[in-house]
Amino acid sequence: MAAEKRTYFPTGWLPYLLVAPQLAITLVFFMWPAGQAMWQSMLLQNAFGTNVQFVWFDNFKELFADPRYLASFRTTAEFSLLVAVSGIGVGLLLAACCDYVLRGAKLYQTLVIWPYAVAPAVAAVLWSFIFAPSLGLATYLLKAWFGYDWNYLLYSGQAMTLVVIASTWRQISYNFLFFLAGLQSIPRSLTEAAAIDGAGPVKRFATIVFPLLSPTTFFLLVVNVVYAFFETFGVIDASTQGGPIEATQILVYKVYRDGFQGLDLSGSAAQSVVLMAIVISLTVIQFRYIERRVQY
Amino acid sequence: MVENRRALNLFCHVVLIAGIVAILFPVWFTFVASTHTADRMREVPLPLLPGGHLWENYVTVLTHGVAGASTAPVSRMMLNSLVMALAITIGKIIISILSAYAIVYFRFPLRMFFFWMIFITLMLPVEVRIFPTYKVVSDLHMVDTYEGLVLPLIASATATFLFRQFFLTIPDSLMEAARMDGAGPMRFFWDVVLPLSRTNIAALFVILFIYGWNQYLWPLLITTQEHMYTVVIGIKRMIPSGDAAADWNLVMATAMLAMLPPALVVILMEKWFVKGLIEQEK
Repeated sequence: MAAEKRTYFPTGWLPYLLVAPQLAITLVFFMWPAGQAMWQSMLLQNAFGTNVQFVWFDNFKELFADPRYLASFRTTAEFSLLVAVSGIGVGLLLAACCDYVLRGAKLYQTLVIWPYAVAPAVAAVLWSFIFAPSLGLATYLLKAWFGYDWNYLLYSGQAMTLVVIASTWRQISYNFLFFLAGLQSIPRSLTEAAAIDGAGPVKRFATIVFPLLSPTTFFLLVVNVVYAFFETFGVIDASTQGGPIEATQILVYKVYRDGFQGLDLSGSAAQSVVLMAIVISLTVIQFRYIERRVQY
Repeated sequence: MVENRRALNLFCHVVLIAGIVAILFPVWFTFVASTHTADRMREVPLPLLPGGHLWENYVTVLTHGVAGASTAPVSRMMLNSLVMALAITIGKIIISILSAYAIVYFRFPLRMFFFWMIFITLMLPVEVRIFPTYKVVSDLHMVDTYEGLVLPLIASATATFLFRQFFLTIPDSLMEAARMDGAGPMRFFWDVVLPLSRTNIAALFVILFIYGWNQYLWPLLITTQEHMYTVVIGIKRMIPSGDAAADWNLVMATAMLAMLPPALVVILMEKWFVKGLIEQEK
């Protein structure tokens, strides 16, 4: 596909008018605030903004020396890895089954994909109701059948389990769709040839299908990490609110907490800049990968 | 396949059914909760089959809201969500299709600069610029307004790329023919490009509507008054912190209502949804 047109309309003021709305929004609500965040990240100011000092990178030094910030980094890494791996695993399993069955595939597909429509915050409300301390159904069954004491407001491991389940539940549909599309694009002749050579379904999956899906898997890994980093704010806020004792305080939630509740503007701005660096690197990875994918 | 493995086929059906039951269970449980009385929802174990209070619960939340937590009726919140979702969707589509058209069909100074500037918005999700963006909106006096809810979310690099990719596949000869017939750029846009973009617009519409309806962080910051809450924010505000006695039947009725519009859009427009989701990433 051509990257450029060969012919153009004559240039006048029209193209500027056409891009103007998008540019205005971009400048006012994206560039300016991002610039502000960078500027503020190098300032030291009190909560009222009355005493401002330019301190270069001191805020960042302080940030990376703060054990609570580093703990939030670890929490985010653990959380996003759990969400990505479980979401990809379940998505792949369901997609492989859906690709194999001859009857009902269409119906299965509809039933699997619709949770994508549910807001992350609503997903969190649904799951925290099931796992509500004392009242929840899962809490009751865990107690009655296994004598297990469940209270995600007290135990950090349980809180993490809850937010991972709620975040993954909604994302399975996405992984499922991309794997299904990937599976359907694998030529039947390949798997049939292997079958004739005596490879069973499990062996075929491990040696042919899964390697061919590796670009999809890698792409989904990046997408899921981005999702877990940024879009799960609603999950955290509607269920654990970062607790107990910051056990589920992911980076995005900490920026919000420190800025809006702690009123630590410089610290929050420095955290925003670190997050920007993370998004930029993830986007670059994603685009480099897509460029390679175009060549096949 | 050459072999006929009934066992494997059966296994796949079992896995799929088990997966779907697990995926649907929270929604079933929520639905059941929304059909009981508040008192029944405080007794352990909670019911697994629907009760007889569906109608009154839904009428209560739609007309009165949930007492104690928020006085705004859920119908008002649904309206706010609908306005926000539609404005974001339509706004994003309009400004993206226009800027993509300019970038593909004109060659003007600063063209690539503009293109890269739009590209960079991809790397600046609202989550990483929360505080300064809030500051801009409050300086513009747009807190608690629809403009404040919608405008900061309306720029879209992905939609612009999608339209750009698509425009590049439209044969050049169409444009040459149109120019030969004396059609100007806007005439060509209305009569040729826009009708050809219909399927892309439909696919984007589904994806962006879900995106808009499900917004959380931004409305949380920008809406301080109950009459401006979106339904997703409303639910969150209905849950008292901790395990205090919420009217779970009403909260869950609200959750069902919050899920309904985007779920219907996905189910009824599944074909466009799948197309939009898969192409958005290219």
